[in-house]
Amino acid sequence: MADRIEVLKTYKTYVGGKFPRSESDRTYQIKDGKGKHIANACRCSRKDVRDAVVTARSAFGGWSSRSAYNRGQVLYRIAEMLEGRKDQFLRELQLAGIKEKDAKHEVHTAIDRVIYFAGWTDKISQVFGTVNPVASAHFNFSSPDATGVVGIIAPEEYPLLSAISMIAPVIAGGNSCILLASETNPLPVVSFGEVLHASDVPAGVVNILTGYRSETAETISSHKDVNALFSSISDNKFRKLIDENASINVKRTEHYTPDDWYSDDHENPYLVLKFMETKTTWHPVGF
Amino acid sequence: MSVLTIPDFNQTTPIDQIGVEERVSRLNKRSIKKESKLQALKLALSMIDHTTLEGKDSEGKVIQLCSKARLPYAPMPNLPHVAAVCVYPNMVATAKKALQGTGVKVASVATAFPSGMAQLHIKLDDTRYAVSEGADEIDMVISRGEFLKGNYTFIFDEIAAIKEACGEAHLKVILETGELETLENVRKASDIAMHAGADFIKTSTGKISPAATQPVTLVMLEAIRDFYRDTGSMVGMKPAGGIRKAKEALQYLVLVKETLGSAWLTPEWFRFGASSLTNDLLMQIVKQETGVYQSINYFSND
Amino acid sequence: MSDSNTKESLEKISNGSPKPTSPNADLKLDFASFWEYSPAPESSEHVKIDDRYNHFINGEFVEPVKGRYMKSVNPATEEIICEFAEGTSEDVDKAVKAARKAYEKTWSKLTGKERGKYIFRIARMIQERARELAIIESIDGGKPIRESRDVDVPLAAAHFFYYAGWADKLNYAFPGRKPKSLGVCGQIIPWNFPLLMLAWKIAPALATGNTVVLKPAESTPVTALKFAEICRDAGLPAGVVNIVTGAGATGSEIVNHPDVNKIAFTGSTKVGKIIQKSIAGTGKKLTLELGGKGPNIVFEDAPIDQAVEGIVNAIFFNQGHVCCAGSRLLVQEGVAEKLVQKLKDRMETLIVGDPLDKNTDIGAINSKAQFERIQSYLEIGVNEGAEMYQCSSKIPENGYFCKPTLFTNVSQSNRIVQEEIFGPVLTIQTFRTPEEAIEKANNTPYGLASGVWTDKGSKIFKTGQSIRSGVMWSNTYNKFDPTSPFGGYKESGIGREGGLHGLYPYLTF
Repeated sequence: MADRIEVLKTYKTYVGGKFPRSESDRTYQIKDGKGKHIANACRCSRKDVRDAVVTARSAFGGWSSRSAYNRGQVLYRIAEMLEGRKDQFLRELQLAGIKEKDAKHEVHTAIDRVIYFAGWTDKISQVFGTVNPVASAHFNFSSPDATGVVGIIAPEEYPLLSAISMIAPVIAGGNSCILLASETNPLPVVSFGEVLHASDVPAGVVNILTGYRSETAETISSHKDVNALFSSISDNKFRKLIDENASINVKRTEHYTPDDWYSDDHENPYLVLKFMETKTTWHPVGF
Repeated sequence: MSVLTIPDFNQTTPIDQIGVEERVSRLNKRSIKKESKLQALKLALSMIDHTTLEGKDSEGKVIQLCSKARLPYAPMPNLPHVAAVCVYPNMVATAKKALQGTGVKVASVATAFPSGMAQLHIKLDDTRYAVSEGADEIDMVISRGEFLKGNYTFIFDEIAAIKEACGEAHLKVILETGELETLENVRKASDIAMHAGADFIKTSTGKISPAATQPVTLVMLEAIRDFYRDTGSMVGMKPAGGIRKAKEALQYLVLVKETLGSAWLTPEWFRFGASSLTNDLLMQIVKQETGVYQSINYFSND
Repeated sequence: MSDSNTKESLEKISNGSPKPTSPNADLKLDFASFWEYSPAPESSEHVKIDDRYNHFINGEFVEPVKGRYMKSVNPATEEIICEFAEGTSEDVDKAVKAARKAYEKTWSKLTGKERGKYIFRIARMIQERARELAIIESIDGGKPIRESRDVDVPLAAAHFFYYAGWADKLNYAFPGRKPKSLGVCGQIIPWNFPLLMLAWKIAPALATGNTVVLKPAESTPVTALKFAEICRDAGLPAGVVNIVTGAGATGSEIVNHPDVNKIAFTGSTKVGKIIQKSIAGTGKKLTLELGGKGPNIVFEDAPIDQAVEGIVNAIFFNQGHVCCAGSRLLVQEGVAEKLVQKLKDRMETLIVGDPLDKNTDIGAINSKAQFERIQSYLEIGVNEGAEMYQCSSKIPENGYFCKPTLFTNVSQSNRIVQEEIFGPVLTIQTFRTPEEAIEKANNTPYGLASGVWTDKGSKIFKTGQSIRSGVMWSNTYNKFDPTSPFGGYKESGIGREGGLHGLYPYLTF
């Protein structure tokens, strides 16, 4: 009996809770470490970025106004779904030439990381909110509030772990985001979209685009409806470009280039706070 | 013809206490200097309801009070006299006689002052008696217990009945704001009183602490302003009790000026219910005229 | 008595449909005909302003390297007050070097406790010289003495007092982290609250162990130089605080100096963007406090008289030269007519004039340039078809003065509704439902501050959650406190100043 012909997967993008192809209909080849074709990925255009920002913006209001408890549950659900489908991610990482042991480490760390941030959603205002003892007859308190739409530019290395490590704190705080996935190995990140789809993350809260940064980073960093940028590209020229474009509408920018994506250092609430505003409310105290 | 609609007094006009206090504190920062100060001191003097409301009041005491009222400071005969003297009903005739031809009005508290804890017919008799003795103005108290129970109709009807009993005499309605406690209550009581026919609204009897305060007065002035806008009728204002210093009096005048405007800056529309204020105003007037700080020993304490 | 309630008089007060006027709407309150306040000038005899001021670098007043000076003008009289040094790259470089040396040799070596004691000293010395500083602030910037005396200077002192106490407690501020100072901070402040903005910048910077090069605005440099005297008198180690004066070019030298670790800027969004762009890729830390177009929402169940006062505080405080000013009034239709009437009455009692008179409510516009800018916006408003109302109070003949102004009959698309005017100019729009109010409030690139007036607690919270601004004043407006974080969403800035949150931008973890 002849070997069964395997059904190959078509990798698309994840935008607005759907899996569209790039509007440009362009693709590019994803190869493993030895140069062998694995799959074609969408080569997204600036128009794909534009559409993703629109959907992220429309999802923001609903997501940010959900209860913190609910957001925590949704994040936890992501971890559950990841755990259930981890074989798929192991396979995809190994396809790209990553050793089984390393792939396992990456997937497990990613799952645990989502759980870490899931637990912060309903604690961040308690730990970082304040009641301020003003001198006048007013009650005054400050609490963190989501910044808005965040553009995430993921690095090449540890495509799944880095992407999840960047998405989790951003959405834990109530933001919506557009992730530009690793150029060389976006496949597990696209598959992560399927996990998001199957968990209870509302459509548009996380959007995943693939393609060349040289074609998308400019658009997302200059887009006036993006409030913040979270970039893990260490190249200085790239950094400068991001910062300069950020100034168009006073975006908050965070350049995050850890040496070690596995480190527990990544698990901290300050990363959530980078994408939160402090809102201070005053009210008189009297009869 | 303007149609006077009576508002639903169960509705509360929202008032923010801190906002009122901040407004008062800002108005208190007005700096009244030089001519404007002298002018205001004299104006304040002319607005005083020079008052004695004690159980030990006698004809002799009232006659002395009246002589101070008509000529507050003998060395300066051109100073204005006070607006009125304010006494108990059984002293009205004495005061009336002592003030004959001076232009100083006689005001009388009535309606079982200061508690108001009596039946309506007794209050009406009290009022009619004071008027018949010659009172030009009647200072009544509202029934605070009924007010705090939410019996606003009772308050309204009582005021209307007393107003009728006043005849030609002007009616000042004392809200006793120290017992109403909240500014929203003060506003509501002011509205009821004005709609029921008050010519003046007045803060306090002077027997309860706190008596007049500036935040309360501001709220009442704002009620008067809104009533004026709604009906076209002017109502007067009288803070009473606890105002002892000329500086405070000027602060009250600033409240009136910047809330209601110039039209209310006359004894016809604004009064101070006070006793020791008269001499402090006189000392400040003499200081302004002579440049020398004064001693109370030089001012008669009637 | 009058027939006004039967006559069908319709008055258009908003962009909505015409509404009938209330009876007696034609009744006038007269605030002017009797008992005018006599002048009550604050005595400035004991205040000394030198003819010429130099930079304060490394603990000394030093002449500018290039020897160039600029002039500061009293905007109420248009007279020149003094000359001050124009900073060039050489001066900035000297100042940064002094700050770096002080950071490395002394300031970062001190314990938090000792640092704190210096800052406490500064707070006390500001209090001791409060009256002098207030008078100078009014002379140099045109703001009424009532405000400089009661708001600017006491708050500046309070700010130093508050942050002084943080200096040895930083480890309690950031759970799980050990914070470290950054180094040299370049700070550029605006002309609307010269001393107070200096306090907002310098106090947290020093408390966190940084050293400072600060540039005050070119129209209001004097109190910063008086503050330099205080630093000297307080015995603050040389170079910890350096004041370099000058205009935008001097600021740009600070921003672009390679040995500056952090930039803190308060000013226009336009300049903020330029700064953000110029430090792109350098890794310098940045905080920005930029412009705003604050919505001030009045619901029909609001305490109306206090709302009127709040509206006045929101837009006429400091001549409207306030980045968080409530410059867009949004009123629910049911109370719009009554509110506008009350507002107009209130405006009649505003006194515009001599900043040094204790009764002045609205002083001089800070500079000729700003005056002209405001005038041009008044023209734009009128040309856009908005209805302009100005109070009838008199204004002085000399100096840059602007009457408090309202614009009705405006909509979101008007430039005067969209753009920050930075003057005593209020636009009034009406709304019907809370959603509509929130939508209009958020329909702006800014997000600094907002106001909401209602007696209903749940409505305050819902509105507060929905409006994207860093400060939310409910049933009050324009309140400030050192413990209260301040700063914007969106194009109104990055980071917070004040409170525990104000430490964050001056530390690394």
